[in-house]
Amino acid sequence: MKPVLLIDFGSTYTKVTAVDVDAPRLLGTANSYTTVQTDINDGLADALKKLEARTGTLDFCARYACSSAAGGLRMLASGLVPELTAEAAKTASLGAGAKVLKTYSFKLNEDDADEIRELNPDIFLLVGGTDGGNTECIIHNARVIKDIGGDYPVILAGNRNAARTCAKILEGREVHITENVMPSFNVLNTEPVQKEIREVFLNRIIQAKGLSKATELLNGIMMPTPSAVMAAIKLLAEGTENQKGIGDLVAVDVGGATTDVYSVAEGLPDDPRTALRGLPEPYIKRTVEGDIGMRYSIRGIVEAAGLKKTAAIANLSEERLNEIVDLFAAHTDLLPSDDETQRADEALASMAVRVAMTRHAGRMSEIFGLGGLQLIQTGKNLLNVDQFIVTGGSLIHTEHTGRIASYGFFDEEDPGSLKPKHCTVLVDRSYIIAAMGLLSQYYPDAALTILKEELVKDDGTK
Amino acid sequence: MEKQKKTLVIGVIGADVHAVGNQILYHAFTDAGFNVINLGVMVSQEEFINAAIETNADAIVVSSLYGQGELDCRGLREKCDEAGLEHILLYVGGNIVIGKQPFEEVEKRFKAMGFDRSFPPGTAPEVDIAYLKQDLHVED
Repeated sequence: MKPVLLIDFGSTYTKVTAVDVDAPRLLGTANSYTTVQTDINDGLADALKKLEARTGTLDFCARYACSSAAGGLRMLASGLVPELTAEAAKTASLGAGAKVLKTYSFKLNEDDADEIRELNPDIFLLVGGTDGGNTECIIHNARVIKDIGGDYPVILAGNRNAARTCAKILEGREVHITENVMPSFNVLNTEPVQKEIREVFLNRIIQAKGLSKATELLNGIMMPTPSAVMAAIKLLAEGTENQKGIGDLVAVDVGGATTDVYSVAEGLPDDPRTALRGLPEPYIKRTVEGDIGMRYSIRGIVEAAGLKKTAAIANLSEERLNEIVDLFAAHTDLLPSDDETQRADEALASMAVRVAMTRHAGRMSEIFGLGGLQLIQTGKNLLNVDQFIVTGGSLIHTEHTGRIASYGFFDEEDPGSLKPKHCTVLVDRSYIIAAMGLLSQYYPDAALTILKEELVKDDGTK
Repeated sequence: MEKQKKTLVIGVIGADVHAVGNQILYHAFTDAGFNVINLGVMVSQEEFINAAIETNADAIVVSSLYGQGELDCRGLREKCDEAGLEHILLYVGGNIVIGKQPFEEVEKRFKAMGFDRSFPPGTAPEVDIAYLKQDLHVED
């Protein structure tokens, strides 16, 4: 046996997962409260004690960790046109596992400056202009960032013709210059900026967040938890050199504060005559809905989905549902305790899945012109994706997971939304996706075997 | 060297799907030494403007071949002004109006709409190129 320990320092819980990489299997999981305020190792030690109470003493040959503790990797970004470089900056940051607090477009004004000062991010990403294009906006914004002060690093990934000028303006600050996130019109170049974000996270953020004490115990690099989840999703879809993956998929993580959606698929139109509009879509895409979550952002679910509709699904009166929503929002650690709160929880989770999937998936619209019907697609076409992975407390701790997940599928009432038509639902019952993403950095085959073993099919009959 | 080139944003406006002329213009303008951002067919006013902002374009060259050009082009200059592109050169060409109308009148109407130059059907790319070079002060 060759046991490996995977640790996820979350904002509330420190989750530990033990696996055997020799004969790949899950040995056990446990969790405890994250103790980032005092010594992060206290929470870890407690979780480990619980784990070993179940598995017996383990002699770990390696320990790896990811973290979303202390607010995660908090980023702000500014670009020029909202649909172009500003969107590109957001897409790139989300793909690097960041929590994007806000994305600004055009020139930053005094109010923006006040807000940025208040938000005090971990990283500011400054972009704008294609190479050889607009330089005025990014130079203006660099001046604003300089005047705001603060000591967070700034990553420059805009028009290369303005990079040196911006760096000069920001002299004295930690500045990283990298390739333009949109080097020419409508071309996305996210990898260089994502690499820079990861490096800043490793070299700086871990120190700043009091996580460095834990790194002494660790063998490998830390990564932001969403990056670990993305690595697992990619591995599961694509496989390794020795083992086939399961192919295109969608994954939804309904959390307490946000709902994350991942898709691995090209997402191109079925009909080649369809015109594509908007930014090119990344093959592996992550979107985060900051207003959709089961506790902190529970109000956002009813606001987006409608109280009436949600109440109908829960089979509760609107007044009663409203009361339960208020209760969950006020007591974020509360779990459903009776039939009514359970039904409300499931209806809210269903709506969270539907809203987040509708925002993540692309859209098809029809235009009648002189040449007849013309189809226009924006975003990703996920109609043919046939595997749907779900995780998050409200989905994995109920027997109705399949039914809740089906709210993320194609909906006859909204046929323009390109959500998956027929899907097998795979449930992350043991809550191991992030841990397997970490493991995949060192033992991809073991991680894939365990993922395939532990993700449970739900045929939605319950 | 790259940034010395003048940048043009080109495309076919509205619900128009005529792609051939657009490709010809793309190649002709590129060969003539311009940096060409080709938005293709079915381009909205907003897309022309967004592309021009991001790439710091010197001119927007609008094509329209299906007769609805006048409707599609209305307000483009005002939107450019609004977006801070007050000085951008606006050209339009193709079958920009319905039926046979004297082109002088058509040109006058498009001039009033803020288009610096308009070109009748069958204009050779060389003609546009000569005017572009003149208006953008490009020396051969």
